Amino acid sequence: MNSRLIEEIATGFKTLWLHKLRSLLTILGIVFGVGSVVAMLAIGEGASQQTLEQIKRLGSSNIMIRSIKSEDENQGNRVRFPIYGLTYEDALRIEFGFEGIKNVVSMKTLEKEARLGRNRINLRIVGTTTNWFDVVTRPLLAGRILSREDSLERKNVCVLTRYGANKLLANEATIGQQVYLGSNVFEVVGILNTEDQLAGSSSMQSPDQPIDAYIPLTTARAVFGDIAVVNTSNSRDRSLVELHQIIVQLENSDLVLSGAKSILRTLKMFHSTKDYEMDVPLELLKQTEKTKRTFNTVLGSIAGISLIVGGIGIMNIMLASVTERTKEIGIRRAIGATRKMIIRQFLIEAVILTISGGLIGIGFGVVVPSVVEYFAKMPTKIPLYSIVLSLGISVFIGVIFGLYPAWKAAQLDPIESLRHQ
Amino acid sequence: MKDKKIVVELSEVTKRYQIGTNIVHALSGVSYAFESGCFCSIQGQSGSGKSTMLNLLGCLDSPTSGSYFLNGQDVSKMDDEQLSAVRLSHIGFIFQSFHLIPQLTVSQNIQLPLSYLGWNKDKSEDRARELATLVDLKDRMDHRPVELSGGQQQRVAIARSLANNPKLILADEPTGNLDSATGGQVMEVLLELNRQGKTIIMVTHTSEIAAHATSAIHMLDGKIDRIKS
Repeated sequence: MNSRLIEEIATGFKTLWLHKLRSLLTILGIVFGVGSVVAMLAIGEGASQQTLEQIKRLGSSNIMIRSIKSEDENQGNRVRFPIYGLTYEDALRIEFGFEGIKNVVSMKTLEKEARLGRNRINLRIVGTTTNWFDVVTRPLLAGRILSREDSLERKNVCVLTRYGANKLLANEATIGQQVYLGSNVFEVVGILNTEDQLAGSSSMQSPDQPIDAYIPLTTARAVFGDIAVVNTSNSRDRSLVELHQIIVQLENSDLVLSGAKSILRTLKMFHSTKDYEMDVPLELLKQTEKTKRTFNTVLGSIAGISLIVGGIGIMNIMLASVTERTKEIGIRRAIGATRKMIIRQFLIEAVILTISGGLIGIGFGVVVPSVVEYFAKMPTKIPLYSIVLSLGISVFIGVIFGLYPAWKAAQLDPIESLRHQ
Repeated sequence: MKDKKIVVELSEVTKRYQIGTNIVHALSGVSYAFESGCFCSIQGQSGSGKSTMLNLLGCLDSPTSGSYFLNGQDVSKMDDEQLSAVRLSHIGFIFQSFHLIPQLTVSQNIQLPLSYLGWNKDKSEDRARELATLVDLKDRMDHRPVELSGGQQQRVAIARSLANNPKLILADEPTGNLDSATGGQVMEVLLELNRQGKTIIMVTHTSEIAAHATSAIHMLDGKIDRIKS
């Protein structure tokens, strides 16, 4: 039985091989249908995995609130000396005003030039509290993290990243080294390892950056003050921002959505304009999953349409083949083939066509994403299910669209068929 | 003639076709018994019903009325699937224009009935080789039909008709598409098969070919007109 099926498949191949070009053209619809689905799924899967990874790095039980210039200050009536953003009081209100909060990390960020001898590098100075290191956990390479004592005594100490340490310290002694941040001297007490930043939209960037230098918030406030001065070509722009970002870490991710809502309500009460923005990684996560589902649905519909079109192509050519091979059908029937055997033969041919189309399509679908990955630097991933599914659908299409031609072949009258020229 | 077993028995067989509003009586009351091991020719002008007769004998068609016993089995009331099974195991066909399947090799063409019978590959290949030797085409096993001459193709068709070791071989103008020399060779093969005991019924309109047969039926207007034995 099995060896017979193999032989039937071999015969089917041989028959189709007689019309190589025709068979190839017939399966093109299936090739492109399957190929595009596999390729698109691979690209989509790669993109969504990247996004998920970014979101996970932000922490699913975290809420980020950033200071922004409110809209009416951005437009038209420019205020000379804008005062906006999150305040020290906001941080306290959040920390003590809500249940289920594990950590509240306040951040004040400034752009400063760091100097050691001839080495100069622009850093993002992050004035923050000690619990920063609990929320944004990065491995310590040397020394220590900032301590409570540093904060209380407003010490001029800083923790550098590996990137900053490499650029700035070079071969100098590392821990205990005095460096300039702006015009102030700080002592390097520790070096952290930071991961490379993944590309992505700014709202999903992780709170730390390779160019960071961490100092106590109290020190930042005392040394640099709350007023930022930016020199432009024709004027000096000054602005007052107390805190640039607050990271709220909740006890668990179930509390995130309700927590975010009540924090927003409180902030609204104390801010006359909307000079802050909230990012909830969990919400982004849910949205990403929803987007992915929508993407897959759309893709599925397109795939369905193109496979139906491909299937109609198969049916068309199989019908032509039945007409063309009427005599062969007659011979087979005369020799003693039953209708079922004729149906079987033509179904096998149709399925050979669609499976070949499916396999070539999968080939394209595997090659295209790797080309995209190479040239567009986009990560792609081919999920196994897409290949299994494609093959399954190819067989299904072959059976569905091969059935009618095969049935038609079986209904031919043997005597008439033998007479057919 | 000695007392012989009857292999095919037709009694009062009629066949009517409806073409448009006309009813055509292709066969009107044919009764005849073919003995096992006979070599019988059926002659007649076109329209005399000899093709219809051959189709009925070959179980490709069912009679409108009357009965047809093949090897003691009533096949006149069988459905399509049963008729196919009878053809597969009891009948071998030889056609005027050979009717080989072009994309298959000589060997595969000979094995075609065996593949439908579900023989395993080794056994069926052995059988094909044996039959090809019988018709003197052993060294052409892997050729395609188009690479063979007409006579060779007809010999392949004969080998194919023998594959299932049939009770009855039906030949429809087996030499009609061949020149007289190759036609003679093909007739030699058929006569040899008959000597070995095969029952052969052959339709022809050439009297010279019919002369080879042990008995001859002449048909006219859907009836048996003359019998010569």
